[in-house]
Amino acid sequence: MSEAAVPGGLWRRAGRQLAGNTATRLALTVLILIALVALLGPLWSPWRFDQLDWQHLAVPPGRLAAHWLGTDRLGRDLYVRTLYGVRVSLLISVLASLVSLVIGVTWGAVAGFAGGRTDEWMMRFVDVLYSLPYLFIVIILTTLFQRGSIVVLLLAIGAVGWLTTARIVRGETLALKRREFIEAARALGLSNSSIVVRHIVPNLLGPVAVYATLTIPQMIIFEGFLSFLGLGVQEPHASLGNLINVGAQEMQSAPWMLLTPATFLVVLLICLNVLGDALRDALDPHER
Amino acid sequence: MLRYALRRIGGLIPTLFVIVTLSFCVVRLAPGGPFDQEQTLTPLVRANLDRLYGLDQPLSVQYGHYLRGLLHGDFGPSLSQRDFTVSELIAQGLPVSVVIGLCAILLALLIGIPAGIAAATWRNQGADHGLTVFAALAVALPSFVTGPLFALVFALTLHWLPVAGWEPGAPRYLVLPVLTLALPVAAHLARLTRVSLLEVLRSPWIRSARARGLGGARVLWRHALRPALLPAVSYLGPALAYVVTGSLVVETVFGLPGTGRYLVQGAIDRDYPLVMGMIIVYGALLLIFNLVADLLYGWLDPRVRHE
Repeated sequence: MSEAAVPGGLWRRAGRQLAGNTATRLALTVLILIALVALLGPLWSPWRFDQLDWQHLAVPPGRLAAHWLGTDRLGRDLYVRTLYGVRVSLLISVLASLVSLVIGVTWGAVAGFAGGRTDEWMMRFVDVLYSLPYLFIVIILTTLFQRGSIVVLLLAIGAVGWLTTARIVRGETLALKRREFIEAARALGLSNSSIVVRHIVPNLLGPVAVYATLTIPQMIIFEGFLSFLGLGVQEPHASLGNLINVGAQEMQSAPWMLLTPATFLVVLLICLNVLGDALRDALDPHER
Repeated sequence: MLRYALRRIGGLIPTLFVIVTLSFCVVRLAPGGPFDQEQTLTPLVRANLDRLYGLDQPLSVQYGHYLRGLLHGDFGPSLSQRDFTVSELIAQGLPVSVVIGLCAILLALLIGIPAGIAAATWRNQGADHGLTVFAALAVALPSFVTGPLFALVFALTLHWLPVAGWEPGAPRYLVLPVLTLALPVAAHLARLTRVSLLEVLRSPWIRSARARGLGGARVLWRHALRPALLPAVSYLGPALAYVVTGSLVVETVFGLPGTGRYLVQGAIDRDYPLVMGMIIVYGALLLIFNLVADLLYGWLDPRVRHE
């Protein structure tokens, strides 16, 4: 990571590369639009996400001005519910990325800095978790604790997302701790913990934060998967996962209930993946 | 090769033991029990139930009992489906899940690897670009989206295939679930094969093979392909993990009587023995499959065996 020494150069070049690509610009625009609509869109609708409209059950989209994306079987407005679901899915995925960032950075920095036997055991633990299908761990965690609680969901998703972060951080830490400024800090009499907190972690944060943003689509899929199986966000709350689940059960008579949230999820994932790939290419020194 | 294989097989047993112990600890240390939701239970009935299933014993005794049962292939009784033992449930569901999983992996190999080779051979042409876009889509979309969409298009709209259900020996029920599981794996395999084949084709030994006057096809099949397949082979382990997780969704969407839904339902019902049994069975399957993938890798790349 010799580029880390001149962050301006790497980041500026990466930024220029990202801005120069049409697909990336398009993906970013669509993503910002979706986020804005999810945040502000429901404000213009008189309906709440859990409000029932008994006069209009399972109305297809385009039939009624009051529910232009239609309603579900209980007469809840799908425009509001879908946007609310996008909001929940985005929120959970961003927060879960943060959770996994915190765990991964702590674990990796401690392992890399401690070295020796401690490092070996900590990384062996990561290897073991790696070899298990991560969603099994999430399923077990979500059901062992209170089902449907967003905090548990976040912790469960974050708890499996940190493994790669920990590996990256450990590698970077190993390289960092031999650098002169760490030696200088040690010579000044700083304790191990304050060296890690004050000098190692700030130097890691750039590359690792980028990696964490790359994990957001993964987190959206985790959340959707759990909610789809009925282990994540619970009714009457909505997330893209449980909207798709309800939609899949109703698709024979009301296909729009599946298609609307599915379209949002697909577009969201494609944009995030395009951005992620571009970001990775821009920051990967091997490509230049 | 034989020594390598034996060493790897010997390594399976401690890993399996760790999986059993970990899942036992995690499942038992969690708050809440299987009979919590039945509020009508009087303390006496509750105590009797606990005694019947051995839940009143100290954990160490329960653990020993569980291990002894495992050695006889006994996973204990299911707490939520009272008429069945976990072993019976597994015996019912596993064949379905295994058939679907293996078909998905085979299909993914049959589509993915030739597609990757084709894309590398006709690099930067229409087919290559098409594959790149298609693969990006297939990798990005999770099975809980593609599964219902396939059912909507191919079953409900076009009426080519049944929406859901299962009949032994009727392959038409297999098509959509297998396709849903196989597509992303195939896309991943195609990408891996394409990239590594391109890299191998640039390497010095391929250049020297060309310099000796060998034709393009001969270089590809005799020299380039074997090393180029290594990344695809090492992806087989993660691929199975992917298929296993995907099967939870696919079995729900297509109403298949496999083991995936037992894991989900067991987790919702806090059915300890069922969840643990599922984890152990899936863990063992993954380990065995990873072993096969590793042996294949060792056969393709002799350097691995001598480490």
